Amino acid sequence: MPDSVSNSAERSSISVAQRAVLPIRTQEDIVRVRQATREHAVAHGFSLVDQTKLVTAASELARNTLDYGNGGEVEIARLIDGMRKGLRLTFSDQGPGIEDLQKALTDGYSTGGGLGLGLSGARRLSNDFNIESAPGKGTRVMIARWR
Amino acid sequence: MDRIPILKMGPFLLVTIQVDMHDQLAMQLQDDLTARIVAVKARGVLIDISSLEIVDSFIGRMISNIAAMARVLDAETVVVGMQPAVAITLVELGLSLDGVRTALNVDKGMALLQKSLEDPEVEQ
Repeated sequence: MPDSVSNSAERSSISVAQRAVLPIRTQEDIVRVRQATREHAVAHGFSLVDQTKLVTAASELARNTLDYGNGGEVEIARLIDGMRKGLRLTFSDQGPGIEDLQKALTDGYSTGGGLGLGLSGARRLSNDFNIESAPGKGTRVMIARWR
Repeated sequence: MDRIPILKMGPFLLVTIQVDMHDQLAMQLQDDLTARIVAVKARGVLIDISSLEIVDSFIGRMISNIAAMARVLDAETVVVGMQPAVAITLVELGLSLDGVRTALNVDKGMALLQKSLEDPEVEQ
């Protein structure tokens, strides 16, 4: 059974205004994910600080998808919830999965020689966060930020 | 292959990062800079990141590594021009850039390097 950690409040009133899917197979793809996230955030009216937080979180998660998940893809969705606008990024891979989610979400914990801030940092930079993973089944990370 | 140019200004090296770097390019810069420090006996490194729209944990680690390697090679590193939105995000991400000296712009960064060259005892 897949393990999951979530601090998102899913509501049925949320609708998706626009959607795009990008592959994450190379380091250049990480740059493209950053650029696409920026474009969608600008188009959706996010402030410069919010754009920067989203793009930084996207960069961390895209690198995780490539380095730990052996590549995958990201879905970028512009959300509308009444007067609120949001941007949702969903990273998915079919990699080895994460053994211990709580550990993986701890600052400074890394199995790959990094700083161990990618996942925990991306969570702090987002309003909604959801992760599902199971050994051998891959990983799916969803973040959203609202204006 | 892409490379980020490293300029020599007297005893210092100046690097202006103007592209959205992929990870390999960042690693290349780390290697190139340490080699140049030794080759020209540089006493300081100024890294201008005013064009960088984000600093994620990978770039942050690269900056910290460069500062640490330069220190071992007897050169000071100053990072200048960080955008306010980048600074806000960096702190929330959990990155503190320990051991990296910063200045608001190239002029102030140069002054800081010059001062540490003239008065090494006062610094640190």
